[in-house]
Amino acid sequence: MKILVCISNVPDTTSKINFTEGDTKFDTNGVQFVINPNDEFGLTRAMWFKEKQGATVHVVTVGGQQTEPTIRKALAIGADEAIRVNAEPKDGFFVAQQLAEVVKNGDYDLVIAGRESIDYNGGMVPGILATLLDMNFVNTCIGLEIDGSNATAVREIDGGKEKITASLPLIIGGQKGLVEESDLRIPNMRGIMMARKKALNVVEPVDAAQPTQDQKFEKPAAKGPVKLVDAGNVGELVELLHNEAKVI
Amino acid sequence: MSVLIYTESLKGKFKKNAFEVASYAHKVAQELGTTVTAVSFNAEDDASLGTYGVSKVLKVSDESLATFNAKAYAETLAQAAKAEDAKVIILSSSADTKFLAPILTAKLTAGYVPNVVEAPESTSPFVVKRTAFSNKGFAFTEISSEIKIIGVSNNAFGVMENNVSASVEDFDPSLNEDAFSVKSAEVDRVTGKVTIADADIVVSGGRGLKGPENWGMVEELADVLGAATACSKPVSDMGWRPHSEHVGQTGKPVASNLYIAIGISGAIQHLAGVSSSKVKVVINNDPEAPFFKAADYGIVGDAFEVVPELIEKLKEFKAQNA
Repeated sequence: MKILVCISNVPDTTSKINFTEGDTKFDTNGVQFVINPNDEFGLTRAMWFKEKQGATVHVVTVGGQQTEPTIRKALAIGADEAIRVNAEPKDGFFVAQQLAEVVKNGDYDLVIAGRESIDYNGGMVPGILATLLDMNFVNTCIGLEIDGSNATAVREIDGGKEKITASLPLIIGGQKGLVEESDLRIPNMRGIMMARKKALNVVEPVDAAQPTQDQKFEKPAAKGPVKLVDAGNVGELVELLHNEAKVI
Repeated sequence: MSVLIYTESLKGKFKKNAFEVASYAHKVAQELGTTVTAVSFNAEDDASLGTYGVSKVLKVSDESLATFNAKAYAETLAQAAKAEDAKVIILSSSADTKFLAPILTAKLTAGYVPNVVEAPESTSPFVVKRTAFSNKGFAFTEISSEIKIIGVSNNAFGVMENNVSASVEDFDPSLNEDAFSVKSAEVDRVTGKVTIADADIVVSGGRGLKGPENWGMVEELADVLGAATACSKPVSDMGWRPHSEHVGQTGKPVASNLYIAIGISGAIQHLAGVSSSKVKVVINNDPEAPFFKAADYGIVGDAFEVVPELIEKLKEFKAQNA
């Protein structure tokens, strides 16, 4: 089985978000970039398929040279080979078209992407990719088993979960649940050394449409101070929620 | 050229987000000088959509679509969009919708913007405001493709009545076997409980509750309020509560009217995930907990004393206002 894990290079979850150039760009100053958490759960599941079922695992990202430390980390965790499509990820449709080219050329059985990236939160790349390639697709995937060419996936739905069956080739939008938080791996020294010797192939982008464009950004309005209610007077909170906030 | 919407229903009943999507679409249709056409799947009371500004309902009645199927639903919506020559399609932000939206986007070579929080800033050029960076910011995004798909954030625009009379027409999509290549084997949905996505009120517990055995009061508080229960990331990581209750940046987003956080300190990732909630209440014994800076109301105190007291007061309040 040949697996491709799609990795998005995103600000660390603890990052403070600021904008620059007249609020038209995300300010990367002082920001640490990491593997998108939803992708990291998928990568870790892919490692399981590699170790238990002998799968080959490639990773791909669409981004400039500055994304290479993130993709190297995926190699250090255990991916066999990496691909970087040398283009700024302009929007979700653009990225999906770039990935479609990589998937076509690589003949993958399973493509694991994250449910969404935690920066632009578009949540569309895996679904568009699957549809462009006419591959099966399962979103918000929290469990995945592969038996030959058959997949059984569990998808999170509002208020529960759904078991889904589909044949390979398959694309999933994954999230926590594919593996547990405690299963995530920190690269060890041996992994980091080996990652240096693994192939990181840079490919040039194909011409692709970009139907959306962020014009400007804005930070949420500053919040007023919290109104504190004395712990000995809980009834006042009920009153405030009813009369002032009008939410009960 | 009407504005097309996908209306979600469960067991024949429209979900609240169907009415919110209709309300939003009505506003956009007015701007564009057109009307709203809804696609419904095995729904019972199609004409009720007229209350929220829907002029026409394309009614799909098909046993094979009784269970949600993203590919088949997306194909149906694509066919409806073509039949109506729709250039703007409005959807919700539910898990099902976020599953089908990218499929529909690719089928129609459209521009898709999810998590939209307001009516379009302008319709020419077409610019919408959406959340980005996991609610730590907003983006104003222009959609330049001919067909535009907008995913409206849950509970952001609100439900608005715009009474029109809705005509109902049968719509019979042509679906081949390929539309059903991804099959639902089993749906396990908690019944009789409010889901986080649909809830007006969410009651959430964190590490400060010390252990899973102490969740009884969280559930009782939720019961009194008709609320959904949720939890912080450490609580789900430690297995005290199921993953499905984890809210925050890597869990579920919350956009309820009222969010009550008990024993949750307020890590930046948690605050991001719940920031779309309109009113936030924090109960924590640590006055330095960062959540107090992000909350509207707070009580500094022991949750094991405050919460039972709050339950009592709410019961009294309900008895008086029944």
